[in-house]
Amino acid sequence: MFVTLVLIQVLLLNQVNFGGFLNPYIYVLFILLLPVSLPRYQVLLLSFFTGLAIDWFSNTPGLHASATVLMGFLRSPVISMTTQRESEQSDYPGLHHTGWRWFVTYISILVVIHHFFLFFLDVFSFENFFRTLLRSMASTVFTVFIIVLSQFLIFKE
Amino acid sequence: MRNLFRFILHNHVFFLFLLLEILSFIFIFNFNHYQKVRFLNTSSEITGKVYDSFSKMYDFFRLPAINRELSAENARLRSILGVSGTPGEIADSLVSHYPSADYQFNFIPARIINNTVNRQQNFLTLDKGSLDGIKPEMGIITANGVVGIVTHVSPSYASGISLLNTRWNVSAKLSRNGYFGSLVWDGKDYRKALLNDIPFHVDISAGDTVVTSGYSVFFPEGILLGTVESFEKGGGDNFYTIRVILSVDFKAISYVEVIENIRKSEIENITRRNGTDEITD
Repeated sequence: MFVTLVLIQVLLLNQVNFGGFLNPYIYVLFILLLPVSLPRYQVLLLSFFTGLAIDWFSNTPGLHASATVLMGFLRSPVISMTTQRESEQSDYPGLHHTGWRWFVTYISILVVIHHFFLFFLDVFSFENFFRTLLRSMASTVFTVFIIVLSQFLIFKE
Repeated sequence: MRNLFRFILHNHVFFLFLLLEILSFIFIFNFNHYQKVRFLNTSSEITGKVYDSFSKMYDFFRLPAINRELSAENARLRSILGVSGTPGEIADSLVSHYPSADYQFNFIPARIINNTVNRQQNFLTLDKGSLDGIKPEMGIITANGVVGIVTHVSPSYASGISLLNTRWNVSAKLSRNGYFGSLVWDGKDYRKALLNDIPFHVDISAGDTVVTSGYSVFFPEGILLGTVESFEKGGGDNFYTIRVILSVDFKAISYVEVIENIRKSEIENITRRNGTDEITD
């Protein structure tokens, strides 16, 4: 799944952009779908290497790695924030396992964090702040949409 | 001491996070000197293979467009040569037929197997490498104009920075009156770039062609860059801000030529002796 996602990202989605504006980054799905109970240090290391793999293919050493590590670090706070204590949660995040409302909230928050960090680090200035903001917002919506779509198409019960 | 260890162990997740972030940032900042980074770029054999096999498939669906492009270039070259299709008279070597290049430049054909337009620093990967004679710091062009410059090579692949890279600029001039400045991409639109350093007294009009100046060692003089779209007087300095429509459609390039400047080291030696150590391009 790791290899598939990285290849889909670098071969297909890196070519996708509308007017140089919308870039979906769905490789984060790999980190998002890791079991909840996985030790956090493993999540961090996996995030780092996933990001690095994307970096390797796109000539951006460190850029995706840092954004993905940040996302991996904030994953478990976000999980505990969004989960109600009473309800029983499945260990595997997914539209069908954990309910669409929780899943969409969970991926949206983390994808927003990842994309904002990524786009601002790429531009590396707050010049054209709103342009970059709009870029990351639009791309976030796009990424979330594709992830939800993939849940229906690929990760069926 | 034991308390310190316990503290670190207790917060191991946070420290690992910090460590990995610092590592990533070291990568990012080292990459500012992109010439120094020898790993993690798409000229490597593995990434090259992946892109190569995929782009073959992708190119198949674009064959009609590529054919049109190639036949248009053929027609253009034939009109420069002034030969009406007698193959015997055409030299079989790849010596330049560009107007002002008196056998100073060699051209190596290559295919782009990976290319981006949507980041601030855009890069491309070629399917030829050092075995085909490609070396770092060679210019990359198409029939339509300047594409970029080679930065890394492996035996069979090369990667380069595209003109759409905010950290790179090309020495350019207005072909009508010869005034030169530098063409730089502002990171916004892949179809447009900015021409700087043209003083106010120069007469410009929309539609003027912008070509390479020939002052850099990477490109021959007179290679097309684009046409002037609009210009305005910037605040504060004495230079125009000129918006240039790039002649190359960076979203649809596949076949390119890599330029070898035979006299590059000679020119660089002389420039260095002049005391201007820096070659800006």
